[in-house]
This record gives sequence, structure tokens and C-alpha cells, in this order.
Amino acid sequence: MNDSATRRRLLTGWGILVLLFLYLPIAVVIAYSFNANEAVSNWTGFTLDWFTRAWETPRYQKALGLSLKIAVLNAIIATLLGTAAALALGRARSKWKVPFSVLVFLTLVVPEIVIAVASRIFFVKAHEGFSFFPSLGWKTILMAHVVWSSAVVVLIVRSRFTGMGSSLEEASFDLGAGPVKTFVQVTLPRLLPAIVAGALLSFTMSFDNYVLSVFTASGDNETWPMAVFNDVRFGVTPAVNAISTVMFLVVAAGVAGAMWFVTRKSGEPADGRG
Amino acid sequence: MSVETEFDVRFRGVTKRFGGVVAVDDLDLDVRKGEFLSLLGSSGCGKTTSLRMIAGFEQPTSGSILIGDDDAVGVPPYRRDVNTVFQHYALFPHMTVLDNVAYGLKQRGVEKAERRKRAQAALDLVHLEGREGRKPRELSGGQQQRVALARALVMEPRVLLLDEPLGALDQQLRKDMQVELKRIQQEVGITFVYVTHDQGEAMSMSDRIAVMCNGKIEQLDAPEVVYDRPSSAFVAGFIGEMNTMAGTVRGVSGGVATIDVASGTVAAPVDGVHPSGDVLVGIRPEKVRVVADLDGPNRVAATVVTRLQLGSQIQLVAEMADGTTLTAVVPRAGTDADVDDLVPGDHIHLSWSASAPILLAA
Ligand SMILES: Nc1ncnc2c1ncn2[C@@H]1O[C@H](COP(=O)(O)OP(=O)(O)OP(=O)(O)O)[C@@H](O)[C@H]1O
Ligand SMILES: [Mg+2]
Repeated sequence: MNDSATRRRLLTGWGILVLLFLYLPIAVVIAYSFNANEAVSNWTGFTLDWFTRAWETPRYQKALGLSLKIAVLNAIIATLLGTAAALALGRARSKWKVPFSVLVFLTLVVPEIVIAVASRIFFVKAHEGFSFFPSLGWKTILMAHVVWSSAVVVLIVRSRFTGMGSSLEEASFDLGAGPVKTFVQVTLPRLLPAIVAGALLSFTMSFDNYVLSVFTASGDNETWPMAVFNDVRFGVTPAVNAISTVMFLVVAAGVAGAMWFVTRKSGEPADGRG
Repeated sequence: MSVETEFDVRFRGVTKRFGGVVAVDDLDLDVRKGEFLSLLGSSGCGKTTSLRMIAGFEQPTSGSILIGDDDAVGVPPYRRDVNTVFQHYALFPHMTVLDNVAYGLKQRGVEKAERRKRAQAALDLVHLEGREGRKPRELSGGQQQRVALARALVMEPRVLLLDEPLGALDQQLRKDMQVELKRIQQEVGITFVYVTHDQGEAMSMSDRIAVMCNGKIEQLDAPEVVYDRPSSAFVAGFIGEMNTMAGTVRGVSGGVATIDVASGTVAAPVDGVHPSGDVLVGIRPEKVRVVADLDGPNRVAATVVTRLQLGSQIQLVAEMADGTTLTAVVPRAGTDADVDDLVPGDHIHLSWSASAPILLAA
């Protein structure tokens, strides 16, 4: 009997089990969003009714609109800030490089709830102290999302930037292009896949975020994930399944797009050395 | 307005330190207009650093660098009239071959039709016509090399800097490109500063060779001079093979120094300053001959230790009476006595011409 073959079979089985555990609930939700029967657990036929019904619910429309607004603005701001920080961190030899990097990446490992609570306290106090600072509302949700998701942009863009090496920039200088021209013509085009991936991921992270939004929203803001959660508390309806399905597809598309851009090889130097 | 000097680049007491490492040490160097100058030396001796200081990627810790008549210290690379062919080519992967070559002209503001025409001409010069629309990764290593060359040549710089441009190519392609590079250099008449650690490459292409060691130039001369009259044991050992014997000068008369070495005495021609005290005597292996007897000057008895076949030549390592060895490279089936039949242990007689021994600083 072959030990390594057994081990491989066991591992494969375990892997399938984990995947089932993760995705089976999602699959069930998606399946039942097409279920004609009102009773969630009883399959009686295919329908798209729940989608139209969810779509025609004004509260859902409003929540979707708010989530999209925040997610798009978040993607733009987080991408700009994150890219700038990645460029500054990438090849700097400053003594601040390491402490700053640690701070940025800490936001990814600190439990979200901690950031959420801290953000809420900070935003409330800031509004009390400075009248120009917005009160809790969509702007504070956006700020919390930006702080958190720009760390991912930094991570993606910086790894590409440092991996790229500086020889192409040197070649550009050598051929008479100054720093600005070099950045626009050489650095930026090569970073673009990473920047696009960062934008997609930060959009997705904001779009499906619940914890940060709940803590930094006022009573009358309701993002889409908040709407889903609020309704689930009163029982799972097919309409909730339907909007969950849409949300899952948006997020899956965002992540898949980001992966595709991150692994794109278009910018590699021809000889494999940066 | 300015009076054109006969030098394109001048280093005056240039030192470059990286932290505690002295990469270039108080270097003086004059690069003549239009010459093919090679910087030759072993790894880490400061060749690349010197080149990068000319290009403007590194600034000297102290000393001055002139490019033409202008002080270059502090001038960024994009304002210098020099261009570089990088060892790993550094072609822009997101641009076509033609756009790569036209890149520098674009930065200068040359209009599109004109820069396409000139880029095309540069590609023709390096025999790359028909590949304009390709991306660099669709070319072979040798072709990428040519694109890198065209991209720098099209700028018509005062000086072209090449950092081991053939390092990544295989042996045959290297040989072809050496010939090609020399042809192009003669055709365009641009000053080339060429970094290599391949002595054969430096010998075959250069007008002058600067042999570097530990951030200093040991000798700067034409290839034949560096070979025939190396200034030090380091240079002698770096360029070709060299038998060296330590000895003491006994006397000098009539342009010939008599030196006591372990195996007897050696007579070496001297020019200029008279040597004295402890010296090294060098004899190139190919200047040593196998002879029939000991009748005559510059002859010595020895025993064959190893015999190595080198194609058309044979390398013999022979031990003399005092235990020191002498290496000879002799033609196979040549005029020398029966070298083809020699085996280790055979007793032979070796000889060299009066002009063969070279005096080296000990
Ligand atoms: N950026 C740097 N930082 C620190 N040390 C450096 C740097 N660049 C070069 N050095 C050091 O300076 C010395 C000379 O390096 P250089 O690259 O000029 O050598 P080289 O003659 O080109 O060698 P090779 O033939 O290996 O390319 C080396 O000891 C090297 O380690
Ligand atoms: Mg080097």
C-alpha cells in the first residue's frame, strides 16, 4: 500500500469537504432565489419573480444606490491614495518606510470590529470638536472604507512596483526623459494591471462590507449588505435570497477581475530580469 | 564657442564609496574622442560603477568628471549627451521595437515622421529590418541586443557606454557581435566605452584597454602594448598566461638587466628606468621553445610534468632543477624537437628569445 497516494487522496477529500462547507450555503441561497415557492425550503419550480420583486422594492433600490455610490468613490480614492503610498514606499530608503508599512498593513490584520469601533468613536469626537467634520453618514462610511481598503491597494501595487526593478526607469532617463515623462511613459503603463486590480478589489471590499458600515452609519443610512442583514433577522425570504445572489455575483466578478489583472504578464521584461 | 578638446570624458581623482566599500578609488581616466576604450577587470573591480558615473546614475563621492568640456557632476542622466547599452538590455516591454528605438528622439521633441525614419535607419544599421512592429519579448537574445544598440545609437551621443553587452549571448553569437560592434563603431565614429571581463573580447575590439583592479586602473594602453609590456604581474596574469619568476637584479648593462632567479640567471631587456632590487620576470608561454641542447643563451634543462593537447598547440608544464615550473605552449608537429612524442618524466631543454623576458614590478 502506497502511503503518499493515500495521503494525497485524504487531502483531496478534505479539500473537497472544505469547499463544500464554504460554498454549499451560497449555492443553496442562489438556487432558492430562483424558487417559485414562497416557502424557502420547498422547491416547486423556476422563476425570476423574486429578482423583479426585490428590484421594485424602494428600500432595496435606495440601499443599492448608496452601496454603489460608496463603493465607486471608495475605489477611486483608495486607488489614488494606495498607489501614491505604494510608490512612496516601494523604493524609498527612508527610516519611516518600515513603521509606515507596518501601520498600513496592520489595518488588514486587526479585527474589523476593532477598526469599526475605533472609527466610530473617532468620527463622533471629530464632529464634536470640528464643525466642518461630517457627522455620521455616508461620508464617514466612505472614510472608514477608504482607510481599510487602500491598504490592499498598497499591498498589490507595491509588490509589483518593487518586483519591477528600476532598470527600465534608468533606461528612460538615459534616453533623455525626465522623472515626470518617465513616470507617465514607463512606470505607469507597467503598473496599470496592478492598479486596476487594486481598484476592483477595493470596490468589492467596500461593496460587500457590513461591519464598518454599521458602526460608521447614522440611523437612516442603510447600505445593501445592511439591508440584507436587517431583513434576514425577520426570516429568510426569497427576495433576500435574490439580492444575496446579485451581491455574490458582483463580488465574484470583482475578485475574478482583480485576479486576472494581478496575474497578467504583459509588463514583464523580455529577459525576465527587471 | 567652446574649444573642442581631444577628450570626450575625463575623470580627475574620482572616488566612489558605497558605505564602507570603495568601488572606485582616486581614478584618473581620459577617453579620447572617437576611440573604442575597454574597461577590463575581474568582478567587483569597479567597471560598472565607473560607467554609471559617466551615465549619471551614480555621483562620485569626490573628484570631478568632465564630459566634453562640461563638468558632469550633479547633472542628471537625462541631461547628458551619453547613452547606455545595458547588460540586460532594459528594453521597454510594453512598446514595439520601433517605439523603443524612437523613444529617445521622442523625448527630444523630434516629430513623428522624422523619428520613425531615423529609428528605421538605426534598425537597418544593426540589421534588424522587418522586426519593427514586434514586442521585445518576441525577439531572440541577440536581436534584443541589437535593438538596445540601435536605441542608443539613434541618439548619436558623444559617448556610447556598453556594460558587458554580450554577456548574455552564447559563444558563437558573441564572436559575431564583436565583429559587428567594431564595424558599427567604425561606421558611426562614436566614442565607445566598453565594459567587459573577457580579455579576448577586449583584445580584439579595443583601441585601448584600461585594466582595472580594486577600483584603480593598473594599465591603460593599446592591446598589443598591454600584452607585450604589462606594467604589473596582475596585468600580465589577467591578459593571457604568464610564467613569473621572483628574482633580484644583479646588474644592468647595455639595455639588458641580469636577474638572479631560483633556477639560475635570466637576462631581460630594459627600457627607460633601470630596475634594481627585487623584481618579477615574466615570460609568455608561447615564447618558450623546446630545443635540442643547452648550447646558447637563455636555455634551461627541465623535466616534463604535464602535457596538454590544445588543438593545434601543446601545453607543456616542465619542472626545472630548483623545483620551479615553466609553462610552454608550442605548435604541434612544428619546428620544435619532437614535442608530439613527449610524455611526463621526459628530460627536455627549453629556450626563449632574448626579447621574451618582461620585467614586472614585484
Ligand atoms: N549600489 C551599490 N551599493 C553598494 N555597493 C555597491 C553598489 N554598486 C556596486 N557596489 C560595490 O562596488 C564594487 C564595485 O562594483 P561594480 O559593480 O562597479 O563592479 P564590476 O567591476 O562592474 O563587477 P562585475 O564584473 O561583477 O560587474 C563592488 O564591491 C560592489 O559590491
Ligand atoms: Mg559590472
